[in-house]
Amino acid sequence: MILTRAIGLTLLLLLGMLSPSNAAEADLRAIIAKFATASNFSATEAVVRELAATGDTAVERPLGALAEGDLYVRKADSLVFIGKAAGGSVALLDPLSGEKSGDAAKSEITKIKVNNTLRRAIRDALGTLTLGAKDPAARIAAADTMFRTPDATNIEPLDAAIASETVASVKALLEQARAASVLVSDRPEADKLAAVALIGGRGDRNALSLLTAIEANSEGAVKDAATAAIANINSTLALWDAGQNIWYGISLGSVLLLAAIGLAITFGVMGVINMAHGEMVMLGAYTTFVVQEVIRTSFPGLFDWSLVIALPLAFSVAALVGLVIERGVIRFLYGRPLETLLATWGVSLILQQAVRTIFGPTNQEVGNPSWMSGSFYIGQLAVTWNRLWILVFALGVFAVLLYVMKRTPWGLQMRAVTANRRMAASMGIRTPWVDALTFALGSGIAGIAGVALSQIDNVSPNLGRGYIIDSFMVVVFGGVGNLWGTLVGAFSLGIVNKFLEPYAGAVLGKIVVLVLIILFIQKRPRGLFALKGRSVEA
Amino acid sequence: MRGSFSTITKMFSAGAVTAGLLMSVPARAADDTIKVGILHSLSGTMAISETTLKDAMLMLIEEQNAKGGLLGKKLEAVVVDPASNWPLFAEKARELISKNKVAAVFGCWTSVSRKSVLPVFSELDNILFYPVQYEGEESERNVFYTGAAPNQQAIPAVDYLMSEDGGSVKRWVLEGTDYVYPRTTNKILEAYLKAKGVAAEDIMVNYTPFGFSDWQTEVAAIKKFGSAGKKTAVVSTVNGDANVPFYKELGNQGIKAEDIPVMAFSVGEEELAGLDTAPLVGHLAAWNYFQSIDTPENAKFIADWHKFIKNDKRTTNDPMEAHYVGFNMWVKAVEKAGTTDPDKVIDAVIGVSVPNLTGGYSTMMPNHHITKPVLIGEIQADGQFETVSQTPGLVMGDEWSDYLADSKDLISDWRAPLSCGNFNVATGKCGGKGTN
Repeated sequence: MILTRAIGLTLLLLLGMLSPSNAAEADLRAIIAKFATASNFSATEAVVRELAATGDTAVERPLGALAEGDLYVRKADSLVFIGKAAGGSVALLDPLSGEKSGDAAKSEITKIKVNNTLRRAIRDALGTLTLGAKDPAARIAAADTMFRTPDATNIEPLDAAIASETVASVKALLEQARAASVLVSDRPEADKLAAVALIGGRGDRNALSLLTAIEANSEGAVKDAATAAIANINSTLALWDAGQNIWYGISLGSVLLLAAIGLAITFGVMGVINMAHGEMVMLGAYTTFVVQEVIRTSFPGLFDWSLVIALPLAFSVAALVGLVIERGVIRFLYGRPLETLLATWGVSLILQQAVRTIFGPTNQEVGNPSWMSGSFYIGQLAVTWNRLWILVFALGVFAVLLYVMKRTPWGLQMRAVTANRRMAASMGIRTPWVDALTFALGSGIAGIAGVALSQIDNVSPNLGRGYIIDSFMVVVFGGVGNLWGTLVGAFSLGIVNKFLEPYAGAVLGKIVVLVLIILFIQKRPRGLFALKGRSVEA
Repeated sequence: MRGSFSTITKMFSAGAVTAGLLMSVPARAADDTIKVGILHSLSGTMAISETTLKDAMLMLIEEQNAKGGLLGKKLEAVVVDPASNWPLFAEKARELISKNKVAAVFGCWTSVSRKSVLPVFSELDNILFYPVQYEGEESERNVFYTGAAPNQQAIPAVDYLMSEDGGSVKRWVLEGTDYVYPRTTNKILEAYLKAKGVAAEDIMVNYTPFGFSDWQTEVAAIKKFGSAGKKTAVVSTVNGDANVPFYKELGNQGIKAEDIPVMAFSVGEEELAGLDTAPLVGHLAAWNYFQSIDTPENAKFIADWHKFIKNDKRTTNDPMEAHYVGFNMWVKAVEKAGTTDPDKVIDAVIGVSVPNLTGGYSTMMPNHHITKPVLIGEIQADGQFETVSQTPGLVMGDEWSDYLADSKDLISDWRAPLSCGNFNVATGKCGGKGTN
């Protein structure tokens, strides 16, 4: 047994010595060791370039680690390692093989510092190296990098890569990257003109950026072609800009809808001027925070589910607080709007200060699950996942609420009490409990809005303040007591706001929207969709 | 529209504050202690930043008392809550000075709160130590500015971005919240950039309201501005709460620090604590102190802070260091003058040097600003900053910017015989015009 193992080891060692990569590996190690003595950023950058110049794909690991800030030097022997923080200490990995070779305390090692210039240099270096990677995504990233940092020396490796590329979409990107490099080389004019045409066809901002630089640095036919291509791209982008404004408007509208939809119940249906509405949103956001904290410490695998788990909890917490507020304060104040306003304002301050005392005044970190991070492109329009999910979620909440109001007995009772309280009471409906549950429903909806808003805004005790004005604006504009009015109101305010913003700026845009609403209310005091009927006049 | 509600807030918060104050001031004889006023918002929008400074002051006072107090007396902190309400700052300042008879006040965060207390301090002749970076264009006899003036933060930050290390930036987005600090700072920066040969079409200035949360359009505009074939950077004076959604949107729209770095003047360790910093690695901030600074003084300060606040996850930040420096300067000046009489202390504090936390000494200059090192840091994945550039020596605060036409001839020197905060060297008269 021992013998076989010994023989096996010897064989392995022999193989290791025989393999041609061994000499290259020793060279790489010698270069990597230079990181330890590089005293400033430009010295480190020189080492990066030297590593990249070897053309060996093995340098991907140490360079990647360096870009992430994971490359360390052990103080005792000046050896370079990749470090992965694990608890109080750092696990040291071999920079080339990635095998574990020991642990170290944080004080025993120094990190090799990187800055943006260095990160860019590493990205460029890795771009060329990963051109032949197996993963198409890595090849796409490489093509992208090379497109943005064109260099005449890139043409040959790109030609080789294009010849062996099998995926059509990657091939197109590689050809664009090659065209970009042709433009900065000394190839004949005809080649360059073809390159301009190819890049012009790409039609995005990166192409625009590149062509603008080319236009400034060239002359004759190439310059003219670049000018024409730029004009062409600009006119396409102008169209996309309009589409972008509409999307941003819809997205802002969905946020407004979420914030306002609970208020559409408490203020719209019940007529309670509820200044503590924003704080219900805040409570929902804090519930999300607590759920994520528990998940982070006890069930890290469930993190992507944190929002789904937080939804029912946030609803319950906010609904419960709403119920207490209604039973404790508001029910004594029905029909006295001024007192309700002051009392609920007081409640909102109490809730804010309570949260501040319990969680502290600073922002709490609520993480984005992986499916809510990043963006994708539709043509030239960047759509961020979190905004898209919030839109879907807002519409979902709206649909559920509409169903509850229009199709369930509870909804029927709610509408009956709103329309004519005495008649409803004489039909046997327990109106006080309907009031309490309606208020709890509105608060609970505000709570689940908080779960969604925690993804795009600060989770701080002031969270609710930012939304209360907008919520009232939406409900009043859309028409008090009408859920459809809230929907239309939210989206039209969102879109108008986003169309004004690029021209007027965010500050002036907001003012203009407010003025427009005031004028509109003068004309139609009951909002977009006014309720008709006797109860309204009463 | 917010204004109509703020009257109501005022009513409520004023009531709450008065109640709090009655409880917080112990009925003790005034002679055996020296009172120190702390004027930081503990409720309202600014509580997020200012509460920490209140705690830092309490810690410094406790430590001084453990060292035996000052002039043989114990120090006693008097905490009031101006509730993020600017007029209330003036009322509370008056209360601290007239009713509580404090020897000096440490406080304020926003420029508008500082402006609102200025008349109170000059009328009642007391001392204010102001710990936050600000727009300059001011020098008052009763105020000591321990935060950075624009030339101690903004100008070196822009210089760094223009340098080869910073990426040789050619196109600039000046993004700010719409109030006095960003507007004045951006005015100075615009003048400075143009003096450095940057064309007007390569500068984009944009403002957003306080607490702005929907950054889609702004970030798209930055992206568009950045695709003109020249290296672009964003200089951000976006304040407080609006930063988190701003950085989230930058991350989501895929703007990387390598392509378009954001240099922030109001984002510190505290702001990053509420944020997943992984997508922000490489974005920059300019300050005079970072928690990550590796000096024995700083290690002790952080350890003391964690012990005092009983939470070792709490961060330290630049304004806390400013209070540390300012408080020690005041202590030294009182010892030098042998009295807490504000008039004597105002004269004694000029020229006082105390150690700062970055391994050097800060000195109070005759213009009531202090000398500081300027650090540029990059955001790291753990929410800390790593220093990537540092000025070779200390930079002296320049209150009247040399790049604005209105203030370039002004200087200030509070020593006798000049004793003037806005002396015009061109006309030789005291009382020149600033931009504010």
